[in-house]
Amino acid sequence: MESIAQLLRLMPKYDTLPGLTQAIISVLLSCIVIFALLALAVLFLVWMERKVSAHIQDRLGPMYVGGWHGWAQTLADALKLLLKEDIVPAATDKLLFKMAPFIVFLGAFAAFVVVPFGASSFVTDLNIGVLYIVAVGSLSVIGIIMAGWASNNKYSLYGGMRAAAQIISYEIPSAIAIMTVIIPVGSLSMVDIVNAQKGGFQHWFLFRNPFIFLAFIVYFVASLAEVNRTPFDIPEAESELVAGYHTEYSGMRFAFFFLAEYANMFLVASVATTLFLGGWTQVLPSSIAHQFIPGPILFFLKALLLIFIQMWLRWSLPRLRVDQLMYLSWKVLLPISLVLVLGVGLLTVYW
Amino acid sequence: MLTYFKNLGLGVVTVLNSMRVAWRHLFTPSVTLQYPTVKWKMPERSRMRLFNKIDDCIGCSACARACPTKCITIQSEKRGKDEPEIYASDGTVIKLRTVVYDIDMTLCCYCALCTFPCPTKCLVMTGEYEYAVYDKNDHIYHFAKDKPMTVKAPKEQSTEKA
Repeated sequence: MESIAQLLRLMPKYDTLPGLTQAIISVLLSCIVIFALLALAVLFLVWMERKVSAHIQDRLGPMYVGGWHGWAQTLADALKLLLKEDIVPAATDKLLFKMAPFIVFLGAFAAFVVVPFGASSFVTDLNIGVLYIVAVGSLSVIGIIMAGWASNNKYSLYGGMRAAAQIISYEIPSAIAIMTVIIPVGSLSMVDIVNAQKGGFQHWFLFRNPFIFLAFIVYFVASLAEVNRTPFDIPEAESELVAGYHTEYSGMRFAFFFLAEYANMFLVASVATTLFLGGWTQVLPSSIAHQFIPGPILFFLKALLLIFIQMWLRWSLPRLRVDQLMYLSWKVLLPISLVLVLGVGLLTVYW
Repeated sequence: MLTYFKNLGLGVVTVLNSMRVAWRHLFTPSVTLQYPTVKWKMPERSRMRLFNKIDDCIGCSACARACPTKCITIQSEKRGKDEPEIYASDGTVIKLRTVVYDIDMTLCCYCALCTFPCPTKCLVMTGEYEYAVYDKNDHIYHFAKDKPMTVKAPKEQSTEKA
């Protein structure tokens, strides 16, 4: 992170170290910070998901572990998963089977490198940041297909194939919806996009023009499908495919799939926050409440709001059929997003 | 083309409707009872574990005869003529000394047929439902307090059920 590099420079004799060592130290530290942040976020999100789902179904959810409303339940679950036996079924493709969860997680993890959590808290500001996120984010498809294939199990294979078809289909509308933001900004850098939205909620792209508002909805729906959430969870449809591509996984490898799933949720929420909701910028115009809440906290609150909507949708909608899924992607979202790009382009040029 | 947009609108309305329903349920109080800390108040005549007020029991074996699963084992002997007369709480003279009164709750089918013929109303079904044990034999409840006085107390019969 930028601030980590600054902190390191305060260390005595840090400047006397060779440049390569400096780079390695700062990269390693950034990785550790992002991993810790992601792990904490996932622990919280799993708890939140269970609570939201429980309350929507008029239940209470976890209530015991940790005392207050079962806040430590996911911690206990994670510890249990880490302590379990590492089972690799006999007829699997051993190497692919072992690698798959980490590749799925890598996609989500690596994309966080360019997400600006605050004014100065990001690892790096790539000038092609958005493109990088779209590219790295789709890396998880490879891991999912690997898991489905290597498990040597018909349900896993079905799940993997469905996930591949779904994620690749929905990447197109989501990428085109992202383009509606890039056209007015004129830059692919995440930091530039956030800076273009400074100065309160009326400057957010969400409320700036109606085409981008619709593009936000298109992106949101497409991103739900990309992270395999209900109503688009046909790759892991419990009632048909046991657990889809991670049927054969248990223990720590299963935990990594779980981590990747929630990290992906957080990722698409972060991207939507950065592109449409102004990232870490203030909600109220700066003249009213100047620097009211620190930027990173605002960022997380906005992302949490989007994640809450994801969970809310999950517990109100049933699963789509495969043909309905393809219909929604190719016949609804894709034409709409193309029209939106056209509209945003015309608005940018003539207004 | 028109049906396409109609379907699209219908889809959006349906999604919003279902979200509204979910939102309403998010704030309805949950129906969960935090069981070990909070418990149901059992209804007045609920049929759970059997209990015998042995001081009132006259050892008549009416309950054992009524039981369809034969889960009650009773052995009693005549009290001697020289022993002082004792009475149950409703005034019935207790002429028999109950030396074995075992109820095997693993056999009980909770029909409560045993409680109706009891002349002194000493055998009742309680509302107690938490009596899980580690050993199956702990489900055989021994209610009898008295030791057999006469010599001919049949030993092998008294250990038959236990």
